Amino acid sequence: MDNLIAARSQMGISLAFHIIFATIGVSLPLMMTIAESRWRSNGDPVYLLLAKRWAKGTTILFAVGAVSGTVLSFELGLLWPRFMQYAGAVIGMPFSLEGFAFFTEAIFLGIYLYGWDRVPGWFHLFSGCVVAISGVLSAIFVTLVNGWMNTPTGFNIVAGKFENIRPFVAMFNPAGIPEAVHMVLAAYTAAGFATAGVHGWLLLRRGRNRFDEVAIGIALFVGGSAVLLQSVSGDALARMVAARQPMKLASLESQFQTEAGAPFRIGGLPFPNKRETKYAIEIPYGLSLLSFHNPHALIKGLDQEPESDWPNVRIVHISFQIMVGCGSVLTLFAVAAGWLYWKRRPLSKHVWFLKAVIIISPLGYVALEAGWMVTELGRQPWIIYHLMRTKDAVTSMPNVAITFLVMTALYAILGVIVVWLLSRHVIVAPATTQLERRGVLV
Amino acid sequence: MNAEVILAGVMLAALVVYSLLGGADYGAGLWDLMCSGLRREDQRDLIARAIQPVWEANHIWLILVVVLTFSGFPSAFSYISLGLAVPIFVILLGIVLRGSSYVFRAYFTGSVRTQLYWGKVFSISSCITPLFLGIVIGAISSDSVLVKDGLSENGFLRTWFYPFPLIVGVLSLSLFAYLSACYLTIETDNAALQSDFRTRALISGIVSIVMAVLTYVIAGDSAKSIRDGLARAPYVGLIECSAAVAALIAFQALWSRRYFRARMAAAVQVALIVAGWGVAQYPYLVRPQLTIANSTAPPNIVSALLIAVAGGAVILIPSLILLLLVFKTHRESISADANSTPV
Repeated sequence: MDNLIAARSQMGISLAFHIIFATIGVSLPLMMTIAESRWRSNGDPVYLLLAKRWAKGTTILFAVGAVSGTVLSFELGLLWPRFMQYAGAVIGMPFSLEGFAFFTEAIFLGIYLYGWDRVPGWFHLFSGCVVAISGVLSAIFVTLVNGWMNTPTGFNIVAGKFENIRPFVAMFNPAGIPEAVHMVLAAYTAAGFATAGVHGWLLLRRGRNRFDEVAIGIALFVGGSAVLLQSVSGDALARMVAARQPMKLASLESQFQTEAGAPFRIGGLPFPNKRETKYAIEIPYGLSLLSFHNPHALIKGLDQEPESDWPNVRIVHISFQIMVGCGSVLTLFAVAAGWLYWKRRPLSKHVWFLKAVIIISPLGYVALEAGWMVTELGRQPWIIYHLMRTKDAVTSMPNVAITFLVMTALYAILGVIVVWLLSRHVIVAPATTQLERRGVLV
Repeated sequence: MNAEVILAGVMLAALVVYSLLGGADYGAGLWDLMCSGLRREDQRDLIARAIQPVWEANHIWLILVVVLTFSGFPSAFSYISLGLAVPIFVILLGIVLRGSSYVFRAYFTGSVRTQLYWGKVFSISSCITPLFLGIVIGAISSDSVLVKDGLSENGFLRTWFYPFPLIVGVLSLSLFAYLSACYLTIETDNAALQSDFRTRALISGIVSIVMAVLTYVIAGDSAKSIRDGLARAPYVGLIECSAAVAALIAFQALWSRRYFRARMAAAVQVALIVAGWGVAQYPYLVRPQLTIANSTAPPNIVSALLIAVAGGAVILIPSLILLLLVFKTHRESISADANSTPV
C-alpha cells in the first residue's frame, strides 16, 4: 500500500469512528438535560430514570471520545507533519479552545454524575446544560479547523510560509460556521433518530411501557427538529461551496462542463473519462437555482481544472447523493411524524409507526458519514485548498500501512465494546421498582 | 520575559500536573498488574475505586500539552512527530488500549474471567504509555532527533533506541509507580492495605532513585548537553536539592506511616523532578536543533494563545474546585454508607 493512501486511510478510519462516538457524546447530554428538566417540572420518575441512563451513556461515550480524540491530535503530527509545521500556528486557536471546552465538559459531567443529591436541583440541571453546551462548542471548534482547510483565510503567504497570521480571521473562515452548524445539526439528527430506533425496537420487543415511549418522544423531538433545520443549513453550506469552492461543487454534482442554467442531478453515475454523468434525473436549472438562487447563474464545471487535480468524482458524487437522499427521507419522516402526532397520538400504540422509526433510524448516521466523505474527499487532492497538496503533507515515515492496520483493528475492538456497553447500561429494560420509587439510583 | 517563554512555561506546568494526576493513574495500572498475596482482590478494588471518577479528566492535561505544542511551537511538534513516530505510535496504542479496557472493565457485568482478562490489558497498557512518554522526553533531551527537509536524519529507531532514552523511560515509569503507591495509601482506611502500598511505595521509590542516578551517569555518554544543563543553569541546583529534600521527607513519612505527609512530599518531589528537567532543557525544546525562540509561532499567535489559556483558567479553576468539593462529599457519604451497613 502506498504511503499516502495508507495515511489517508488511517486518518479516515480514525475520523469515521471518532465522528460516531463524538456525535453521540454531543447529543446525549441534550437529551438527558431535556429528560431531567421534564422530571423537575412534573416529578414523573420515568424521566429521572431516563436522564440517569443517558448520563451513563454520555460517560461511556465521553471516555471513548476522549481516547479517540487524543489519538487524532497525535495523528495530525504523525501522519501530516508538514501540514502541522506550516499550519499549526494558524489553526491552533480553535484546537486550544476545543481543549478547554472539553475540559469544562469533563468537569461538569463529573458534577452531573456524582451530584444528584449533593448540589441544588437548579445547579444540577445547569451542570447538564453546561455539558451539552460545551459538547456542542467542542464540535464547532473542531469543525472550524476543517472549514479552514477548505477555505483558508487569515494570513499572507510570503516566500512559501504563512506570515501575518490573524488567528481569529482564520478561525472564522467562510466555510467554518456553515460547516459547524451543519455538523452539530447532523449530530443531533443522527443520534436522535438512532436512539428513537433503538427504543422503538425495544418497545416492540418488551411491549408497551412508559420508559421506551418517553425515550422515543424526546429522541424524535431532538432528531426531527434538527433535520428540519438541516435543510436550511445545507442550503447555506451549498451556496458557500458554490461561491468559494466551485470545483468541489462541480465534483459533488458531477458537473463536467461549465454551463449557465445547470441542472440539478438526482442519482446518476459519473464517467470521468467520458466527462458525462449517466442515468441521473435532471431538474432543469436546479443547480444554478440552488447554488446562486438564480436559474441562469453560471456553474463552473470540472473542465476549469486539469483532470489531475480532480477529486474522485465518482465517490464524491455518490456520497453526496446518499447524504441528500437520507436527509430528504428523514425530513419527510419528521414532517409526517409531526402531523401524525397532532392527529393520532399516542403514536407508540401504532406498530407500523414504530417499524417505520426502526427502518429509518440508521439513515442519520449514513448521511453523517457520507457527508463527511463529501467534504473530505471533495477537497482532494488538497489538504489546504489550493495551497498545499495532501501528498506534500504526508509523513516520510515508511510502512504507514502497518500503523493503519493496527489502528483499524483497535478501533474495531473499541466500536464493539461501545455497542456492547451501551446495550448493557443505557437501553436495558428498567426494573419496575426503578419506575415506582422516586429518586432511586440506576 | 518573552510571551513564547511563558507559553513554554504553561506547557511545562501542564506536563507537571499531568504527571501528578495522569501519571499516578498509569502507575496504578502497574500496581494492578502486581497485585499479590491474600489481599489481591482488595488491592484491585482499591485501585479501581481510586482512579474511576478522575482518569478522563486527568487525561485532558496531555491533550492540552499536545495542542499547545502544535499551536505555539509547530515545528517542534512536527519534528517530534516525525523523528519519534515509533514511540509516539506506541504511546497511542497504550492510550487506546488502556482507555478502552478500563471503560470495559469498569462497566462490565459478565463473567469474572473476562473481567480479569481485560484487567491484564488495562495494566499492561498502563505501563507502556509512561515508559514511552519517558523515552520521548529522553530523546528530545539528547541530540538524536534531527530533521532536515521533512526527513528524519537518524531514521525512526536510532532517534530513541539507545540507553539514555530507555533509562529515562524506566525512570518515569518508576516515578509514576512510586507516586501512585503513595497516593493509594490514603485512599483506604484498611491498615493492612495501607501497608501493602507503603511497601510498594518504598520499593518503587528506591528504584526511581537508582534510575535517576543511572540516568545522570549515562547522560555523560549520549546526552552531554542536558547533563551540562542540569549542572549549569542557576535554578536547577536549587530544584534538585528541593527534590532531594522532598524525597527524604516522603521516605521518612512513609517509614513512620504518616501517609498524608508522604503523599504531599512525593507529589512535590515528582513535580520538582519534571520541572527541573524543563528548566535544564531550557532554552531547547528538541535538542539540538529547536529552541523556544527558533520554533515559536509568530508573537501575535503566542499572545492570543496565552489569553485563551488565561480565559480558560478563569472558567476551569473554580469549576475544578467545585468538582473536588462534590467528590469529597460523595466519598465521605460512601464511606458513611459503608460504615452503617452491618457486615
